[in-house]
Amino acid sequence: MINNTDAVRVIDSNREDAVVVPTMNAGNHRFGLPSVTTNQNLDLPISGAMGKASNVGLGIALAQPGRKVFVLDGDGSLLMNLGALVTTSTKAPKNFYHFLFNNGVYAVTGGQPIPGSEGVTNWEEVARGAGYAAVFSFDNLEDFTTGISDALAAEGPVFIHLAVEPEIENTPVQFRTRASRTAQQAYQEVTAALAGDN
Amino acid sequence: MTTEVYESVLHPQSLVAELKKNNVSHVVWLPDSETNFLYNMMMEEPTLDLIPVCREGETMAVAAGLWVGGANPVVLIQNTGVFEAGDSIRGLCLDLNQPLVMLVGYRGWTRRGPTPDSAGRFIEHILHAWGINYYLVETDDDADRISIAFDESVRLNRPVAVLIGTEFGV
Repeated sequence: MINNTDAVRVIDSNREDAVVVPTMNAGNHRFGLPSVTTNQNLDLPISGAMGKASNVGLGIALAQPGRKVFVLDGDGSLLMNLGALVTTSTKAPKNFYHFLFNNGVYAVTGGQPIPGSEGVTNWEEVARGAGYAAVFSFDNLEDFTTGISDALAAEGPVFIHLAVEPEIENTPVQFRTRASRTAQQAYQEVTAALAGDN
Repeated sequence: MTTEVYESVLHPQSLVAELKKNNVSHVVWLPDSETNFLYNMMMEEPTLDLIPVCREGETMAVAAGLWVGGANPVVLIQNTGVFEAGDSIRGLCLDLNQPLVMLVGYRGWTRRGPTPDSAGRFIEHILHAWGINYYLVETDDDADRISIAFDESVRLNRPVAVLIGTEFGV
């Protein structure tokens, strides 16, 4: 299993000028991408949309075909919006990289197991069957650190399955420490950064 | 004395013309019976890139990404899909102040007699509850209201709905 912060650090160190769209554990400001990012202007954390981070990433990828887009998804999030895999593979953007942080639980609601987490669901087969062009899987940091370059060299849409340790939160949402950068700020900043490139 | 016949029909050409006039780049959509005739016309229009989705909530998120990336999308769904997309409309369109025109097939709309379809009875109440302004388009003469919706959505940084109230003529 890969530590959540280690996973986002490896991804960030391989991003170059990619837009990164994280959600849930991967987007947490204490142990997700915001805690390690080297290019916040191109980070667009998505929450409160019932598993739609990959759809947002798809839209950016289609609008910006010359730039890589990384989506850092959660397993529970993807289950809420499983059709998004087919939506993505239908448009098949070559610059789209879909990382699945598979921690087996609803980590932000106290760690309850997600459906299919007890060895029932094979995520690599799900992505392959949905039509992704390439599928990779990593369950330890060393392999991920050395193997990510192969995944990012592949033509998208690419699905990268990561077995990660959950960072379980059990505090009601209204009592949690909020990120200093709001979703609205992130939305405006990434929009402006990409507009500057046009 | 001649009698001028008023043709109260909405043709898909009128809608496509409005999309082109407003420089729409992408149509993120899921089919519905109210906008069925529009599909073939959009497919033949080289300036429009169609993005089909599996469920309506996806449309708002794909559109948000397109907007961030510098494109100019609209979504095209049925009013039942607006109900399904509720949390995406809240969490993305409204919370992020996203300018977006939502073309919505008005299933169940009736101008006369009873309105038996709950999809028709509830949609305007839902839009009111979210504070989303909307315009009804029933005939070609109404089509310019789509441009009004575009202007309003950009000026106010908000989603604006256009309710398509009739089946298309061919």
